[in-house]
Amino acid sequence: MTWIDLGPLDAIPLRGARKVKTDMGCVAIFRTGADTVHALDNRCPHAGGPLAEGIVHGQSVTCPLHNWVFDLNTGQAQGADDGAVATYPCRVADGRILLDASRLTRGNAA
Amino acid sequence: MKRNLIVIGAGMATGRALEHLLDQDPDAYDITLFNAEPRGNYNRIMLSPVLAGDQTYDDIVTHDADWYDSHGITCRFGEKVAQIDRSAKTVTAENGDVLAYDKLVFGTGSNPFMIPLPGHDLEGVIAYRDLEDTERMMGMGPGNRVVVIGGGLLGLEAAAGMAARGVDVTVVHIMPHLMERQLDEAAGYLLRKALIEKGITVRCSANSKEILGQDGHVRALLLDDGTELPCDLLVMAVGIRPNVALANEAGLAVGRGIHVDDQMITSDADILAVGECVEHDGALFGLVAPLYDQARVVAATLLGQDATFVQKDLSTKLKVTGCDLFSAGDFADGEGREDIVFRDPGRGVYRRLVIEGDRVIGAVMYGDTADANWFFGLIRDRTEISEMRDTLIFGPAYQGGTPVDPLAAVAALPLEAEICGCNGVCKGTIVAAIEGGATDLGAVRAKTKASASCGTCTGLVEQLVAATTGAEVETKQAICGCSDLSHEEIRRLIKSQALKSMPAVWQELGWRTHDGCHVCRPALNFYLLADWPLDYADDPQSRFINERKHANIQKDGTFSVVPRMWGGITTPDELRAIADAADKYAVPTVKVTGGQRIDLLGVKGEDLPAIWADLNRAGLVSGHAYSKGLRTVKTCVGTDHCRFGTQDSTGLGVKLEKTLWGSWTPHKLKLAVSGCPRNCAEATCKDIGIVCVDSGYQIGIGGAAGMDVKETERLIDVGSEGEAIEVVMAITQLYRENAKYLDRIYKWVGKVGLDWVRERIADPTTRADLVARFELSQSIYRKDPWAEHAAKRAATYQPVADLTLAAAE
Ligand code: SRM
Ligand SMILES: Cc1cc2nc3c(=O)[nH]c(=O)nc-3n(C[C@H](O)[C@H](O)[C@H](O)COP(=O)(O)OP(=O)(O)OC[C@H]3O[C@@H](n4cnc5c(N)ncnc54)[C@H](O)[C@@H]3O)c2cc1C
Ligand code: SF4
Ligand code: FES
Repeated sequence: MTWIDLGPLDAIPLRGARKVKTDMGCVAIFRTGADTVHALDNRCPHAGGPLAEGIVHGQSVTCPLHNWVFDLNTGQAQGADDGAVATYPCRVADGRILLDASRLTRGNAA
Repeated sequence: MKRNLIVIGAGMATGRALEHLLDQDPDAYDITLFNAEPRGNYNRIMLSPVLAGDQTYDDIVTHDADWYDSHGITCRFGEKVAQIDRSAKTVTAENGDVLAYDKLVFGTGSNPFMIPLPGHDLEGVIAYRDLEDTERMMGMGPGNRVVVIGGGLLGLEAAAGMAARGVDVTVVHIMPHLMERQLDEAAGYLLRKALIEKGITVRCSANSKEILGQDGHVRALLLDDGTELPCDLLVMAVGIRPNVALANEAGLAVGRGIHVDDQMITSDADILAVGECVEHDGALFGLVAPLYDQARVVAATLLGQDATFVQKDLSTKLKVTGCDLFSAGDFADGEGREDIVFRDPGRGVYRRLVIEGDRVIGAVMYGDTADANWFFGLIRDRTEISEMRDTLIFGPAYQGGTPVDPLAAVAALPLEAEICGCNGVCKGTIVAAIEGGATDLGAVRAKTKASASCGTCTGLVEQLVAATTGAEVETKQAICGCSDLSHEEIRRLIKSQALKSMPAVWQELGWRTHDGCHVCRPALNFYLLADWPLDYADDPQSRFINERKHANIQKDGTFSVVPRMWGGITTPDELRAIADAADKYAVPTVKVTGGQRIDLLGVKGEDLPAIWADLNRAGLVSGHAYSKGLRTVKTCVGTDHCRFGTQDSTGLGVKLEKTLWGSWTPHKLKLAVSGCPRNCAEATCKDIGIVCVDSGYQIGIGGAAGMDVKETERLIDVGSEGEAIEVVMAITQLYRENAKYLDRIYKWVGKVGLDWVRERIADPTTRADLVARFELSQSIYRKDPWAEHAAKRAATYQPVADLTLAAAE
């Protein structure tokens, strides 16, 4: 694993998200009301909506374009909708957000 | 031959370690004990009951002079170890005595952290750590004022202890909720409520700036918003730092604490450390349970036995304050977690379990902690809970599960709670009517007038009938899956119970989820800011992206930017600024909207703060084309140019837009003013439309031209421009205060009736009150969000990191 320090936890608002630019596209980093952090591809499988702009609730995010809801832990669409986004290991240590970038940098893309 | 053991610090950790050591082998060591405090060991955690007057110091002493004496320990109380020479294996006391050791144990505990605010060294500024501090606080009584900085465990115990002595106590906490490390928002909200009931003033999200003094003594705390909190004593309880100075000087490996291995041995094989001064595997310790485990290991290691210290999950119980409160395990960072939440607003109970896989890993409880130990056991033993998952939250006794009472919210209301705002009918009156035989809605209405006017309390009255008679209630449209209550009931309860924060609503109205969902949160955010403009701070995270970023999101994730053109009037300079911005930010589409202004479509999210700042410089502000709030006021040219114009429709439109802009409403709000009945501004299909005539202004409401096409209904005619503006403000406020979120005016009027609206707008006092409340709210919201975001929040529009750059390096 290649843990990359993205900054302090409060760089992301509670129940909010910010995106990270990578060679593999944008990744959305979410912070839930319970202070857990999650990294998901920032592209809704429905029509490409930017998930980082959605409303975060519980352990889910609602896509801003047409309200699909995704589980932040699994990346699976909830309810009747069918689809999923990729997730990446992400955690908080000593108040810093760490993202595992091994699948996100060009050399290691395989 | 006996070896020499020197112990530094007679605290709770070394006290326990010595007990274990002497129990197992009283003759192994000659022991010398140094302690900076002029006394032996006492139960530090019981200082709070001493402070509150429930116990005395004598009650909490654990090792007195006799105990040390009878165990042959040489005590040097009131003396510090000044220096350590590890190669010679000696310590030097403050008076210069040099003592040799075979083994040395550090138990130096922690130092309270003092924020270095200007004035922190004034007389009367203390921490809360030892008996001296406690005695200072015990010297306070009725007539004294004390400020406590820090809303954590220690600060709150200090506050509660002094409040019990009649002291006027204010707690100043920097975070939005109390004990944020042990509790979540919901429990923090309940705790705050309980402390306020004890007479303690609680100020959260408050930043201390300076401690003010007079003649060298503390006089007041100054907050950065300018508030001064006068006080006779100021207690800082903001955290502790392991006391590592001596270990550092001795050259031991020290991080945040003194590094120890699993046997509690430091980087020097003959020196051990125990208690709050240690760092083990990256962790520090601030509660006694792990210190006691460490003490056992220290004793064993000193006797050459095998023992290993293992970190365990911790639980916190708040004592003294009389608040039943418990948290355990880990409910903060980590992945793959799920919440189970239970709330009983009637009893003020909140429980939340954090589940990972098939295990409970964290728990927060408030109000009823009877089952706390059972839950703590599940966490500690990593019990598999899949079998009992459905009923787990109810605790061990409730396996099988009693469903939550849907009428709890209304049953919990006090009898004096106002149910029907229009007619001023309180719960007691309605209950009396029901008990007097009015057992259905119609009868209650006839007898009490409750729900006979605007009708938004109908659901509540029905529930009261049900709760009082035990009858079935018809289920109405719930706001979303998080609650069974309807929008109308929630609005009413927010007002009658004075709920002023999102956690307050979730708790008191029994939300089933931890923090709501994308359907209820935007509605609650609106209701709270509309009802409590001064108390409630808008929550951007509960807004749809358009309102959070003050721009309309496009299907490709870019945004559109629509600056305001007051009443559709613009200038060559404004047009040039718009053209320049379109060039500079490579805006793909520039379009004239249906609302008499210009839309820049396809702006990148990262560019928003910059383009806004550019437009701001030309005097252009947000057009709120994205908001559930005032959009546009369309106008026609009116008396300025038109041969038929009867009044200055353009001028009135501009004034209305300048009065109303920035206000949030249940749905979008569109206005128009036409200069004559030819109605070129299409005023008769707007939410509020004004048609000018010779005699004045005809004001109509409830028009629309979207999914439904509606013509406005004439509400009232007025003679002057000033009165027209007043009427529009009053209508807007009435709509804000009463309508369901996402009801346009026509839908709302369809429910409450045009007559009901007219009665209120026509009545001079009601109208004036509505205008006053509208102005109050606008004193906060009538400002340009673009300017604010460009100045203060521009960074949040950028990615938090750019890994493409990192890879290129
Ligand atoms: C830009 C504009 C179209 C245009 O190019 O002219 C527009 C664009 C949108 N309208 Fe509109 N409406 C625009 C004038 C209108 C008008 C005409 C008017 O205001 O005179 C109407 C009919 C009048 C009315 O509202 O009664 C109108 C009725 C709607 C509706 C239906 C509302 C209803 O209650 O039935 C929606 C949907 C909604 O709000 O839920 C909507 C929603 C939208 C949204 C915000 C859809 C969305 O949520 O993304 C569109 C954003 C497009 C974008 O990507 O930026 N738009 N929309 C107009 C902006 C006016 C402005 O300057 O602010
Ligand atoms: C008001 C209060 C309430 C608390 N409530 C709880 C609670 O409810 N639950 C809980 O689990 N924990 C609670 N704690 C925390 C708990 O008391 C501590 O974790 C525990 O006392 C730490 O024990 P210790 O032996 O490491 O340090 P201490 O008990 O602080 O002992 C260290 C001793 O070392 C002495 N010393 C320091 N340097 C030197 C030196 N160079 N030479 C000689 N002596 C030195 C100090 O004077 C001190 O007496 C509370 C603490 C306070 C202050
Ligand atoms: S009518 Fe309005 S909402 Fe529909 S596509 Fe056009 S702009 Fe979008
Ligand atoms: S693009 Fe996400 S729901 Fe349509």
